[in-house]
Amino acid sequence: MAEQFTYAVARIRALEVSLFNNATIDGIITSPSYESAIQYLQEKGWGDASTTKADEILKKEEEKIWEVVKDLHVDMKYFQVLSLPKDFHNLKAAIKESTNTEKGLDIYYEDANLKKDFLLEILAAKDYFKLPENMQHPAEDAYEALLHTGDGQLCDLIIDRACLDAIYEAGQKSDASIIKEYAESTVAVADIKIAVRSAKTNKTLEFMNRAMAKCDSLNVDQLAKAALQGSDSLKDYLMGTAYKEGAEALGTSPSEFERWCDNKIIETISPQKYRAFTIGPVIAYVIARQNEIKTVRIILTGKANNLSEDSIRERVREMYV
Amino acid sequence: MLGSNMGLVYALLGAAVAVFLAGAGSAIGVGIAGQAAAGVVTEDPSKFAKVLIMQLLPGTQGIYGLLVGFITLSKIGLLGGSPAEMTAFQGLLVLAACLPIGIVGLISAKSQGQASAAAIGIVAKKPDQFGKAMLFPAMVETYAILSLLISILAVNAIQI
Repeated sequence: MAEQFTYAVARIRALEVSLFNNATIDGIITSPSYESAIQYLQEKGWGDASTTKADEILKKEEEKIWEVVKDLHVDMKYFQVLSLPKDFHNLKAAIKESTNTEKGLDIYYEDANLKKDFLLEILAAKDYFKLPENMQHPAEDAYEALLHTGDGQLCDLIIDRACLDAIYEAGQKSDASIIKEYAESTVAVADIKIAVRSAKTNKTLEFMNRAMAKCDSLNVDQLAKAALQGSDSLKDYLMGTAYKEGAEALGTSPSEFERWCDNKIIETISPQKYRAFTIGPVIAYVIARQNEIKTVRIILTGKANNLSEDSIRERVREMYV
Repeated sequence: MLGSNMGLVYALLGAAVAVFLAGAGSAIGVGIAGQAAAGVVTEDPSKFAKVLIMQLLPGTQGIYGLLVGFITLSKIGLLGGSPAEMTAFQGLLVLAACLPIGIVGLISAKSQGQASAAAIGIVAKKPDQFGKAMLFPAMVETYAILSLLISILAVNAIQI
């Protein structure tokens, strides 16, 4: 019998009450100023007594997510798929720092599994075998590529592709359906993003084949060939897949497409609202909270730059609840 | 000696099955619902009373099992201290009569516990929907009551 998460799911159900719905998000958008938007967030319990600036509040909220998860005493292996992007990001940052490409920048995630000092130490000694298996070869390839060519984009491409492969693999290995579905959606959406950007910047087929990761819901070869022929051809290809709304969003505007990418992930996790015993609702809650924080960040950035309410609203993501 | 008392042994086994299986089912069911209730109360202690009612719903099967156990013990004279004389066939009839509440009690209590845990999720998000939420696990009770009815009727109908 599969493991039951009755306590954790019930606790998450109680916490879901405090997730922002579309009306609350609208309340932040319609705040008269950036300062009042922050005050609105504080009134909703965001941040704590020590946080006053937007960045501090958002960082505190991100920390709160993992405090809740730790408190549930759920095996952290279920959340590996969510932490992979942060680990690979830190690896990328460490490679750039250790090859002197970028120095002294505060670009590391502190809450990732692989910390800055650990990664820098490994790269300095070239002890790649100390890294997780799916990072060893990409780390070496990216490091050597950056060292010899100085091409930061090539380094990003190698690590980003390895990250997508790791997410796909984590989904395939998992016995939780939500992790499988989340991994599939994440990789497919990332592939579509690569195709869209490649079509706009006239990238080669070789570049796209190197950047796109395998997934089950898209034929990556066909996607890359469609992108090679241009945006219209790409849209035509996507119209025949499960991601046709993405093609429609692509036709509207770039921000609408970015919004669709995030909404697709929320759509993937939405059925978890009706599960009572599986790990799904807990993972969905973490993704929903991260989406909420991302949305608030977009709104606050819009407010800080005096964007109109309509401009902000068209960038705002769908909420989980 | 043993052969002449086998009827009583079978009948007592019947009472034990009713109490044991239905009680075990209730313990499992209340445990499942209890985990969910604890999860909600951790975040929102004000919902304690509502989730406690939900948690107790799967506890009734254990009471039904106990009731059938008492009736059976009374029927075979063990409660009064003068055990009835009965054949092995009569004892097996009593055992068979106790099975419905035992088996259905076990299965329905566990299922009701799961339904209660899910319903506690409704109360956590929408406390005003408590009445509706309680109906879902309460529906499972129907089948425990039906089996209780048959067990009582059957035990009482056996001529000893």
